[in-house]
Amino acid sequence: MKLDSLIPAPLRKPAKPGEGNGAKGAAPADLKTAPPQRPSDAARLGERAKEAPVDVLAWVDQRTAATGFLTGMLFRKVPKGTNWFYTLGSATLFAFIVQAVTGVFLAMYYTPSVTQAYASISHINNDVFLGAFVHGMHKWGSSVMVILIFLHMGRTFFFGAYKYPRELNWVIGVVLLILTMTMAFTGYLLPFDQRSFWASIVGININGTGPIVGPYLSDFLRAGPELGATTLARFYAIHMLLIPGALIALIGAHLYLVVKLGTTAPPWVRAERPKAAKPTSPVDAG
Amino acid sequence: MTRRRAFTVASQALGGVAGAAIVLPAVGFAVAPIFHRGKERWEAVGPVGDFVADTYRQVVFTETEGIGDVGKTTAYVRRGSKQLGEDPKQMIAISNRCVHLGCPVRFVEAAGNFICPCHGGVYDFVGKVIGGPPVRPLDQFQTRIRNGQVELGPRYSVTSQLEPVRARDPGEFTGGIWEYLYPPRPSTFPPPSG
Repeated sequence: MKLDSLIPAPLRKPAKPGEGNGAKGAAPADLKTAPPQRPSDAARLGERAKEAPVDVLAWVDQRTAATGFLTGMLFRKVPKGTNWFYTLGSATLFAFIVQAVTGVFLAMYYTPSVTQAYASISHINNDVFLGAFVHGMHKWGSSVMVILIFLHMGRTFFFGAYKYPRELNWVIGVVLLILTMTMAFTGYLLPFDQRSFWASIVGININGTGPIVGPYLSDFLRAGPELGATTLARFYAIHMLLIPGALIALIGAHLYLVVKLGTTAPPWVRAERPKAAKPTSPVDAG
Repeated sequence: MTRRRAFTVASQALGGVAGAAIVLPAVGFAVAPIFHRGKERWEAVGPVGDFVADTYRQVVFTETEGIGDVGKTTAYVRRGSKQLGEDPKQMIAISNRCVHLGCPVRFVEAAGNFICPCHGGVYDFVGKVIGGPPVRPLDQFQTRIRNGQVELGPRYSVTSQLEPVRARDPGEFTGGIWEYLYPPRPSTFPPPSG
């Protein structure tokens, strides 16, 4: 209850019938035997201080009217049978946030130049305080994100959660998957060591094997017929500006539809019909 | 058409023009390299006497300028062989770029073959595929002799019969219908004639 007092009234979870201090609470004490004490100034100031966070939230809410949206989103109903598999989407989102945060800080030390990229990565790994740790989080986190997004896709598929009315969210999810793979591909070149160089050559050439548009796509990725001075800068711009923007926008759309449409129950939970809708005679059941 | 509708259409069209004025140059800026062909460059890799007809000599030269070691590439160079029906005055320079997916192949003297470490592509002495996944013979570089020096020029690809065609990326077939399915890119140089 103490924590509850910090939440503004409209944000509080509504009390269930029979709970809380309603009309059935304890009767007030006799005013004559126990007259109310006038609180000291210090006590009143303390009371005001306790109210401060609530006041701040109320101030924001008065100007944004966000509580309606927030209560709708945070206290939305989930179907019976919701289990740990339903956390895979949130886990993917968390992996993305880790990538975004560590990526921003890596960009503070990284130089996307053909002659300096490898040296700047060595500098991050060997000299910068916790550099190897932050770089490691970004490097291994990318694999974690790819694994989680596939598990999330598998959950959606095997639970049949892509069906009406959630087809559009499946399509957005597939685009998010492709963008995530593009992130993994463009990020691979950035350390600019032998492995990333040759892996990117192979990746670009695989793109080139698409008929008719393939050769032009390769030239676009390389910014020319050979891997050149601007290829690395191009991959860097795609990796840290173009795709993240699209990812954030589409994650917003994805989440909006999840909240709007709700989640599905697992396939082994059968829907219960309301009593009134149950067939009452063999004719109705037919 | 009402006055209101005319103004709606006009303001939307104006918005479209303004949007295009920003988007089109930006997109053109990004895709311009597709249509740009760099300057043809030739580089001397050694005196003519260094090269023989029955084996390759490995040379390293710059294919892309301005990016240091990254712009360098490796070629295997030999003199034309009479036994193979080639002109002995002609120099043959084979690129070490595997045409499967672009890994570096190595000429193995004992086997007389080019072997790729990545996915097991094998090419014979003249660069034709004899094993593994590659889709066409190894690429070659144009050659010429200036002042007693062998010079290497632009890259070109070959068909399965070793006829020169415009340079293709690894993984792309050459010859026949493939010349249309993998169209020659404007950023590459025309192949040597004959």
